[in-house]
Parts: sequence; structure tokens; C-alpha cells
Amino acid sequence: MSSVQTNSGLIAGPTSRAFAMVGGTPLLWRLASLAIFCAVWEIAGRTNFNWAFPTFFETMAALWSMLADGSMIMAYGRTLEPLVIGLVISLSIGVGAGVLMGLRRDAEWITLPIFITMQAAPMAALIPLITFVYGIGLTAKVLAVCMLAMPVIAINSYKAVRNVPPSLVDMSQSFMGSRSQQVFKVILPAASPMMFAGIRLGVAEGFSGVVLAELLITPTGIGDLITFNRSIAKFDHMYAAIFSIVAFAVIAVSLLHRLEITIFRPEKRGA
Amino acid sequence: MNMNTAINIQEQAATDAIIEVRGVHKVYGETVTALQDINLDFNRGELTSLLGPSGCGKTTLLKIIAGLLKPTSGEVRVNGRPVTGPGPERAFVFQDFALMPWATVVRNAAFGLELQGVAKAEREARARHYVEEVGLAGFEDKYPHELSGGMRQRVGLARALAVDADVLLMDEPFSAVDEQTRRKFQEDLIRLREVENKTFILVTHSIEESVYLSDRIIMLSPRPGRLNRIVTPEIDRSGDPDLIRRNPEYLDLIDEIWTGLRAYVE
Ligand SMILES: Nc1ncnc2c1ncn2[C@@H]1O[C@H](COP(=O)(O)OP(=O)(O)OP(=O)(O)O)[C@@H](O)[C@H]1O
Ligand SMILES: [Mg+2]
Repeated sequence: MSSVQTNSGLIAGPTSRAFAMVGGTPLLWRLASLAIFCAVWEIAGRTNFNWAFPTFFETMAALWSMLADGSMIMAYGRTLEPLVIGLVISLSIGVGAGVLMGLRRDAEWITLPIFITMQAAPMAALIPLITFVYGIGLTAKVLAVCMLAMPVIAINSYKAVRNVPPSLVDMSQSFMGSRSQQVFKVILPAASPMMFAGIRLGVAEGFSGVVLAELLITPTGIGDLITFNRSIAKFDHMYAAIFSIVAFAVIAVSLLHRLEITIFRPEKRGA
Repeated sequence: MNMNTAINIQEQAATDAIIEVRGVHKVYGETVTALQDINLDFNRGELTSLLGPSGCGKTTLLKIIAGLLKPTSGEVRVNGRPVTGPGPERAFVFQDFALMPWATVVRNAAFGLELQGVAKAEREARARHYVEEVGLAGFEDKYPHELSGGMRQRVGLARALAVDADVLLMDEPFSAVDEQTRRKFQEDLIRLREVENKTFILVTHSIEESVYLSDRIIMLSPRPGRLNRIVTPEIDRSGDPDLIRRNPEYLDLIDEIWTGLRAYVE
């Protein structure tokens, strides 16, 4: 999983790169492209180019039946556990380390190479190693989430702090602000837009981490729904499970963006 | 002891320099000499311009006076005391405004006071007063991105005025705004000086601007920045601002300075 710099200067993995592109477009466009996507799906399903590929409406019907019989709710109950734990850990360590690296040269010198390596390493290939050390339980899955989410969050927080305009720092210094005033009143608020963008990307990576873990370690939760339905050739159900996790991730990331604007960005409210 | 004080008082009375720059050198890295042996006095209540070509060290000198940069050698004294860092007697106006995009005009203007721990009600009352004084009444609750470049710089000016410093250090405050705004701003600055009894140090690379505004113009030579010449325009600024721009003394002085600087460009 190679990392790429998106045009905003953020470091993103493959999942988060797609999210970054979706996030910037206005709602109408997103709805339009969604409609086109569903239509193309429906048509492709009807042409029968692949016997295992269901149409859009078959998939939605399967989704509904899994929601109705509770199996999908149960699955998400299982999937959310490693995801939420992993994201909480990734956020606290990732943001903390990123900010520290941005503020202090010594922290940067010691810590940055670790995150850059983590960012660049092919995580799917490391998952067998995780299972070897931590078994196939919750720990391994949490770790998989962290390994994908944390470097993105840390590196973007670090870059966010580094990108704070130097004149703002000079300004707080020239008006005799203390170091802690400088950090909390100027640097962190100034860094927060890019930091939150990094967090959204990290959350998206976390979703991909948990699915990867559930597919590669032991099938549980949503990963189990996917593998089980594949094994019994219920492909509409399999696609419904895949569709649901993608939709869930998109909604979660969008809500996060909404939350950020309502809580932290007074200048963008109402605009 | 007694004699010493007497001499000191005499010296002060003779010059009344609020800021003294003594033998300042600044070397960036090991090789880039930005300033070489600068000795200057800035008089209380005057507006002094630092004029010179790009890269001659104007910003560097201003930041050393502000205490944001340490000189490689030499020292700066403010009111006779050596500068070791930023101080309450000096306030800075930034070339790129340095406003916080997440804060309203009032909060930005009050930010110097906020950092000093002044209570919210008091600092906002003072900030509002200066926001009005710089001509931004009605914009108190706007955010910087809702303002034009010229208005943003007025917020920067209000913030510097609000902390009630004796010296305002302005680094090319008008360079990021268009020509009309710039002229209006210059005229307003002359009016402001009649109300606020402050010392201004203004960095510019506009000859017109420095002649129009200054009591004294300090010309720096290109890198390494050295003191080149000091000009004292004696222009009556009390009347119509447009008259000043047509005043023969004003125009002659611009020509004279340009002739002097031309050598560097060619
Ligand atoms: N942090 C730095 N590190 C290295 N060199 C620097 C640094 N800051 C400035 N310089 C160099 O020192 C010299 C003086 O810079 P300074 O910014 O003081 O010039 P200036 O007169 O303000 O120019 P301008 O009119 O373009 O703003 C320049 O040649 C610049 O390249
Ligand atoms: Mg400069």
C-alpha cells in the first residue's frame, strides 16, 4: 500500500485517497454520481457478464433481508468492537505523537521514521505476522486497525503543525504569549483543519483495516458475512455486505466532517 | 554617582531616542550577512522609515528590534534597557497580517490583550474602540476571510494599537493591498498619528511612501545591509493629503532619493 500526496498536501493511503476525492464535491454532484453508479450497476448486473454479479436491486433486497433478520446488526456489533477500540487508540497516540513531532525537533527525529515506515509498509502482508505474535483474537484485529489508521493520522497531524504560518507564531511571540498560549491558542487551532482532514482519512483507513483483519485473520462480523455468503454462493448477500460497509464508512466520515465544522469552525458555519 | 545621573539625563534630553541600535550584525547560517554594523537611534514620537531594496535586511532589522530575532552581535536598547525578547513597549504589524482565520475581528484585535491575560469584557471594549478608530466600525463580528486585504491590515493595526505600546513596528504593512487602498491607508496613518502619540518604525521599499509618511528615512544598502544615508523630509502634512503628493518638496525628494538608489539597480 503505497502512500500518495493528495493535492491538499495530505498523506493518504488508497482507501483514504478515494475518500478525499469524495469529500470535496458538493452534495448534488455526489447524489448525481451515486445515481449514475447505481444505474450502471443495475445494467451491468442485467447483462449477466458474470454469473456471480447481482443487480443493484437484488443486492438491495439482500441487504434488506439481512437487516430484517438481524444478522447484519449482529455482524456490525462484532466489527465495531475492534474498529472503535483501534480508532480510539490511533487517534490518541496518532494525534499526540503527530503534534509532538510538529512541535519538537527531538520528537520528530525519534518518532517520524517509525510512522513513515508504517505508512509505507504493505500492511496486508504484515497481518500474518500479527496473527503469529498476537493470535487471532481481538488484539490482532485492533492492531490491524491501528497499523492502517495511526500513521495517516500521525503524519498528517505532524504536517498540519509544521504548516502553521510562521507569522502567526511570530505574532503570538511578539505580543508576549507564553509557549503554552502559543501552542493552545495559535498553533493547534491553526493546524486543526488539516489535522481533521488527516483524522477523516485515518478513520477511513481504519475501516479498511478492520475488514482486512476480518477477512484475513478470522472471519467475524462483516468479514464473516462476506466470506460465509461467498462460500454458499449467495452473491447478492455478499455484495450487500460489501456495499453496507462502504456506505457505513462514507457516512461515518461525512458525519465526522459535519461534527468538526459545527464544533470547531465558527468561521465556516452559515457560510 | 550624582554626576553619572546628570550625564545620563543630559544625553537623554539631547537625543530622546526611544530605541537605540548599537553595532548590530546579523549573519544567517554561516555565510549570509544580512546586516552589517548598524548604528541607529529612533526618536520618540517620530515616524521613521527603513527604505531599501529587496533582501537588504529591513525585515531582519525590524525583527531584531521587536525581539523576535537575536542579532549575531551588537544590541538594541529600548528606553535605555537592552532588548532580550519581545516587550510590552513594542507591537508588531505584520506584512501578511497574521490574523487568526478562526477568530472574529474583535477577538483578533483583542488578541494581544488576551495573551496578556486582560479580562474578556475589558479587552473587547478596548479592541472595539481601536477597531472603530482604524475605520472598521460595523465589522466587529466578521471573520478575516470576509474582509478585503486593506481591511485585514486595519485589524492588524488595531491589534497593535490595542496593547498600547509606545512603538509600532510595521513590516511593509501596505504591500499586500492595492494602490487606492494603500493611499487611503497612508492618509489614515497620518491622521492616526495626530491622535495616538506613538513612535512608528515602518519598513517599506516604496520611495513615495517613505517620503509621504516619514519624519526620517533610513536608507539601507543592498546585502550586506549597511546604513547608507539618512534623509529628513520636512514636509507639512497638516493640510489636504492630495496637496502633499503635489508638493514640489515632496516630488524633489523622491527624485533625489531615486537618483541615489539608482546606482544599486544598474
Ligand atoms: N531565516 C533565514 N535564513 C537564511 N537567510 C535569511 C533568513 N531570513 C532572511 N534571510 C536572508 O537575509 C537577507 C535579508 O532578508 P530580509 O528578509 O531581512 O530582507 P528584506 O529587506 O526584508 O527584503 P524584502 O524587501 O524582500 O522583504 C536576505 O538576503 C535573505 O535571503
Ligand atoms: Mg521583508
